[in-house]
Formats: sequence, structure tokens, C-alpha cells
Amino acid sequence: MSGAAAAARQAFAPNWGARLGLLALAVYAVFAATQLDLNWARLAAGFGEGGRFLARMFPPNFTRWELLLEGMLESLQIAALASALGILISLPLGLMAARNLSPWFIAVPTRAFIALCRSLHYVIVAILFVKALGFGALAGVAALTIASMGFIAKLFAEAIEEISMKPVEAVRAAGAPGASVLLYAVLPQVASRFVGFCLYQLDSNLRNSTLVGIVGAGGIGGTLFAAFKRFDYDFVCAILLTIIALIFLAEVVSGRVRAALR
Amino acid sequence: MSAAAQRGLEIRGLVKEYQPGKPVLRGLDLDVAAEGITAVIGPSGTGKSTLIRCINRLVEPTAGEIRLHGQALTGLRGRALRLARRRIGMVFQEYNLVERLSVMENVLCGRLGYTPLWRAWLRRYPPADIERAFDLLDAVGLSEHAPRRADALSGGQRQRVGIARALMQGPDLLLADEPTSSLDPKTAVEVLELLVRLTGAARVPVILNIHNVELARRFAQRIIGMAGGVIVFDGPPEALEPGHLRLIYGGEDWL
Repeated sequence: MSGAAAAARQAFAPNWGARLGLLALAVYAVFAATQLDLNWARLAAGFGEGGRFLARMFPPNFTRWELLLEGMLESLQIAALASALGILISLPLGLMAARNLSPWFIAVPTRAFIALCRSLHYVIVAILFVKALGFGALAGVAALTIASMGFIAKLFAEAIEEISMKPVEAVRAAGAPGASVLLYAVLPQVASRFVGFCLYQLDSNLRNSTLVGIVGAGGIGGTLFAAFKRFDYDFVCAILLTIIALIFLAEVVSGRVRAALR
Repeated sequence: MSAAAQRGLEIRGLVKEYQPGKPVLRGLDLDVAAEGITAVIGPSGTGKSTLIRCINRLVEPTAGEIRLHGQALTGLRGRALRLARRRIGMVFQEYNLVERLSVMENVLCGRLGYTPLWRAWLRRYPPADIERAFDLLDAVGLSEHAPRRADALSGGQRQRVGIARALMQGPDLLLADEPTSSLDPKTAVEVLELLVRLTGAARVPVILNIHNVELARRFAQRIIGMAGGVIVFDGPPEALEPGHLRLIYGGEDWL
């Protein structure tokens, strides 16, 4: 085959759609920047403010450590409770939503319910629960439980939809009742992924539980917000450092658990 | 109806259409006695798998009747279907083991139809079941592999576990759907020998779907030739002649 003929055959077709799309995105980004009045002068002023703010944060002030500890413990409890409840409710929800095991008249409404749980940001849900249930940790637990359900139930359902149906078929053919089919042919295929999702959700619930306090739903967030409002930036810094330390610790622990499961 | 047909499997006018108007099985009649190996041969897509899956209702027949020891299997639902299924063992082409469970757990899957949920969950099987599982694993030569995960086994070993699982049900009938098509020729013969020996000892009749005509001749007492969704040959292996194979598979260059 001659070189010219090979070149004419074109191994990779140009993707004009993608090129035009990227170009349009770049043009819109420039346009949006001008609309929002983002320019160098504004950026320079912002950096100056930022510098002063950072200077007031250091050194961090841990003298009110009892308040800090109390808030952190409450956040931790909110996260643990919301994760446990969310996982417990997500197990049946995930099974019901999996289209390969559930009939459509169960799977479709369950999917709609899970989508509903996911549709609102957890802070908005927390505000709703604070209004409905009153200030405090109960609202935080309820909000994060809803968020966990929306997240894990969806991942559970997707993991179940990806299983091999061959063992399911074999166990059914042996005359096993439905619950035994789940126990022997479905759960072993998804168990390690489920544990992974649960650890991840616990992780993000730890992070999220530090925020719901800002809207009055319990935890360290309330303390943090109060410190911001009183311009106690050194205390803010202490709180932020503690949160970061906690998240790092959670990261290390969940990494260890995941490695042990493999 | 003869007494022999009532002890065993009886299929009358079996029709299966996956798409309306395009039958895969076209009114199939078949009697299988209560013992022995019956091999079903025929080209791919002619409905061999559909036939045996209709028997344990993994596939829903469109029309016709299937009876095992006189009991109608067609039309069973829910608990009655489960009770019927646990009398019918099945061995699959790709073994269909639960890869993340141990060999022992996979064999005990054959008892799930008999075992209450809490016992199955806590692995508290009756001692007699455990005993029998070990005996079967001894018989298939895998008892030292009992605690290993099924995905650690080779193809031949997995199919042996599949056979042990099916026999664990204590079945009245064993269906084998291309049990050796995923195996190398030597292992295929070994696995078939094992299947024939164990089902012979347990006096369980076997319906064996198989591509390999030579293996069918060697192991079966009766051969059913299918083509186009109907039976075109039914007789002992000695009676199967090149003319019949032309009828079953079409053409003759390959013979």
C-alpha cells in the first residue's frame, strides 16, 4: 500500500462537535468573567484583604478547647448516627431499586424516592429540618441521614445491577427462596463494594456534620459560625485545624480498613 | 400413558417463542426414563438450552406440558415452583458458582431449597448436610479445597463443584447445559466421566446438552438430535449414522 493511500484513509476522524463545544465553552468563560466584573484591580484588593485576614488567624487560639471539644464530639456523633441510619435504610432501598432483581413497579418508585433524597443539597435539607424539628443535633442527624440515603442507596443499586446473574440463576434453579438467593448469590458479589461505599459516606458525613451547625443543626459548625461573627479569627483557625486533623485521621483509618478488606 | 413414562420426565407439545411468531421450540414431545444419560445434540440456536431451561422454568414455556414423575411443572408458581426446582439439579456451561464464596458454601447452595434462611445465613447447616457435602467433595476429588474461594479453582475443578452442588440437592433429574464446552478436551472427558459415574451411582437420570457428537456417543445411552426446534433423531448411539448428522446439522463437508 502506498503512503498517500494510507494517509487518505484517516485512522482518526476529526470530532468537529467536540472542537466546537470546547471553543464555545472558552468564549463563554471570557464573557462570564467580564459580566461578573472580575479584573486585576478587584483581584489585587481581594488578595490584600486575604492577607490581613490570614494574619489575624495566627497563632490559633486553643484556650477555649472545652467548647471546641464539645462541638467536635457532637459533630462526630451526628456523623456516626446519620451514617448508621443511612446505611441501614439504604440496604433495602438499594435492593428495591436494582432493576435486575426488582420488578419495575417497585424499582421505578424507589429510584424516584432516592432521586428525591439527592435532589436537595444537605444544607437546604438541614434548614428544612431545623424549621420542622427545631434547633439541635436531631435536625443534623435527620438531614445527613437523608443525604446518605440518596447517595449510598443509588450506589448500592448500581453495584447490584452490575453483578453476574449466573450464580443467581444457579441458586434459583436449586429452589432457593428469594431471601436465600440474596444472601448467597447477590450479597457476596457486592459486599466489599458496599463496605467501600459505607466508609466513603462516613467520611463525607464527618465533613458534612461540621457544616450543618451553621444553620443550627448541631455540631461544631454552630461554634465556628459564632466565632466568625465575633471576628475571633484565631479561634476560627483552631476549629479549622481540628476539623482538618479529624478528616485526615478518618482518611487514614478508612484507608487501613479498605486495605484489610482486599 | 405407560407406567414407565410416568416415572420420569414427560414433555408434550412444548413450544417456546422468545418473540411472538418465531418459535424456537415447535411442539416438542419427549419422554425421558427415570435413569440413564440422554444426550441432546444439535446446532447452536436450535433450542437445546431452551428445552432444558423450560424444564426447570428458568425459561417460561409458551405452550405445552412438562411432567416430572407425574407432577405438572408448567404452571407452578411461588413456593410450589421452588419445591419442584429443588428436585431438579442443574449443571451450567460456565459453572455459575458464586465466586466469592468458598467451595463448601457453593456445594451447600444445593441445600438452600431445604434450609431455613437463618440456618443458611449463620452457616448452621444440619450435620447430615455437611457430611454429605464432604462426601460429594471427596467423590469429585476436591475435599481439601473446601475452604478455598471458588474463584481460586481451575475450570475443571469449578465444574466438579458445579456437579457436587447439583447432586447436593438429591435431585430426581439432572439437567446439564453444555457442561464441558468451556473445558479443554481432556478435562471435558474427565468431568463427563465423573458426571456419569456419580449420577449412575445416585440413579439420577441426566439430560445432557452437548456439542461434541463423539462425547455424546461415548457417554449417552440415548441420543436426541434436534434441528429447527423439533426432534429429528431419537435412538441409541449405535443407530446414529452420517445421514442423521446431515439431517441434524445440515451439509456434509464437515463430516
